[in-house]
Amino acid sequence: MPQYMLLLYAEEAEAARGWEELPVWERVLGGLREAGILVSNSALYPTESATTVRVRSDQVEVTDGPFAMTKETLAGYFLISCAHLDEALKVAASIPLARYGSIEIRPLMSYEQRPVPGPSRADIR
Amino acid sequence: MSDEIILATPDNADSAIRRAFREDRAAVLATLVRQVGDLQLAEDAVQDAFMAAVVGWRRDGIPNRPGAWIAVASRNSAIDRLRRASAIADRTDRLAELMRIEAQVHQEVRGSATIFDDRLRLIFTCCHPALSLPARVALTLRTVAGLTTAEIARAFLVAEATMGKRIVRAKRKITDAKIPYQVPDRAELPLRVSGVLQVIYLVFNEGYSATAPDGRPRTELSGEAIRLARLIAELMPAEPEVLGLLALMLLLDARRLARVDAAGDYVGLEHQDRTLWNAGKIEEGLAHLEHALTSRSIGPYQVEAAIAALHTRSDGDDTAHWSAVASLYEGLRALAPSPVVEINLAAAVGRAYGAHEGLRLLGPLLNTPSLEGYQPLHATEAELRRQVGDIDSAARAYQKAIELSVNPVERAELERRLRRLLERIT
Repeated sequence: MPQYMLLLYAEEAEAARGWEELPVWERVLGGLREAGILVSNSALYPTESATTVRVRSDQVEVTDGPFAMTKETLAGYFLISCAHLDEALKVAASIPLARYGSIEIRPLMSYEQRPVPGPSRADIR
Repeated sequence: MSDEIILATPDNADSAIRRAFREDRAAVLATLVRQVGDLQLAEDAVQDAFMAAVVGWRRDGIPNRPGAWIAVASRNSAIDRLRRASAIADRTDRLAELMRIEAQVHQEVRGSATIFDDRLRLIFTCCHPALSLPARVALTLRTVAGLTTAEIARAFLVAEATMGKRIVRAKRKITDAKIPYQVPDRAELPLRVSGVLQVIYLVFNEGYSATAPDGRPRTELSGEAIRLARLIAELMPAEPEVLGLLALMLLLDARRLARVDAAGDYVGLEHQDRTLWNAGKIEEGLAHLEHALTSRSIGPYQVEAAIAALHTRSDGDDTAHWSAVASLYEGLRALAPSPVVEINLAAAVGRAYGAHEGLRLLGPLLNTPSLEGYQPLHATEAELRRQVGDIDSAARAYQKAIELSVNPVERAELERRLRRLLERIT
């Protein structure tokens, strides 16, 4: 079963709404857990606690703050397991934050699916 | 492939291949995608089959069921390709897939319903909202309509390499994100159908509005769009908006030749030579529209088609005509509000009830900053200002519309009107 990472983006002040609407979130999470779709989920600390790490020319660069410089920041994530993207889209749309933030869906990549260097069949044509 | 065979000359073999390409390719591809679960592999295999047909049919004659021949040859090629691929990567997965296909080929009783479903699946996959709109358009033309990457690149005025990358990226996203190969469920269907229609109408407009550097209409794209809409209308006969869009495109396309004169200049509705209108397309468009309206589930494309239908019945210069058009645009505004609809409504109201009335409706749009760069707004304003005798404002609006024109025929027409306006006052 494929797994998808649902990244929950919202403006920082808005993201705090999650804690005020806890019962709504619990209902959604409970439903997904029961259906065996939700692998795990968590809220994230606000971006002031974020650190971004990069390695350039074998040098580890550590910077304070999140990677993206937009108004919306990563506020939490759901790790879900479902058959295909349409189901993941449905789950994303059911998350309360979708109403005021954005949710980025990223398929999880396994070691076997890593990109192989060199031109693919399609690139040659 | 033990079908009965018709003796072939190179000529009739080639025309049989062309016919099979036109009529059978999409269905064969659609079924193969479902069986192998990989769009790229399926496309390559279908291409192999047509290449084999070029040699084989000339040499051995034309099979009596060309579509079935292509289907079998495509499947065999897919199996070959999977066998070869299995030597390189994820061997077990590929081999399991291979066994699944071979089992399916033996079991499957092919009803036409399955083939219809496969083609619908393919269309919905290519028009999936998780792909960007340009990617959806490119993929639909490549996969469903069978255009080559070079043809699509030429039609959309981008480099072939750019278009190639766009298509490859879209296919990769389908595979990596696992965009499902299925017809959406009932709850999502209306939205997804309108997504498909949006892609088709965009293809049509790209051909119809002639933004090629030489200003010539790229009719092949309009033709493809109509062909795609016909296919979808056949696959989903219960969707009135599909018929609405098909009717709209036929009614617009019917007047295409009359919109530009021999010198390449724009011709307005009231001056169009009626004998250049395609009566067959008008009749077909009206029939589809009538059929759509019987379902009593009105939608924006049906209303737009009704407006296009009115235009084919009028000499373009009477008040009654334009007040009927205006009330249809009012209906359209209620169904699908947009600045484009507002501008068209203002123009129609201007012709039906006087330019002052039109300008009154245009006022709020002229004060909308996001519409500052929208050419039709300024072109419409210029016409209405000219009619109320506000020459300075009209000239300014023409100037702005000319600067914003990307279509050479449109630009030339606006320049002509501006010249005429200035001649009148000097």
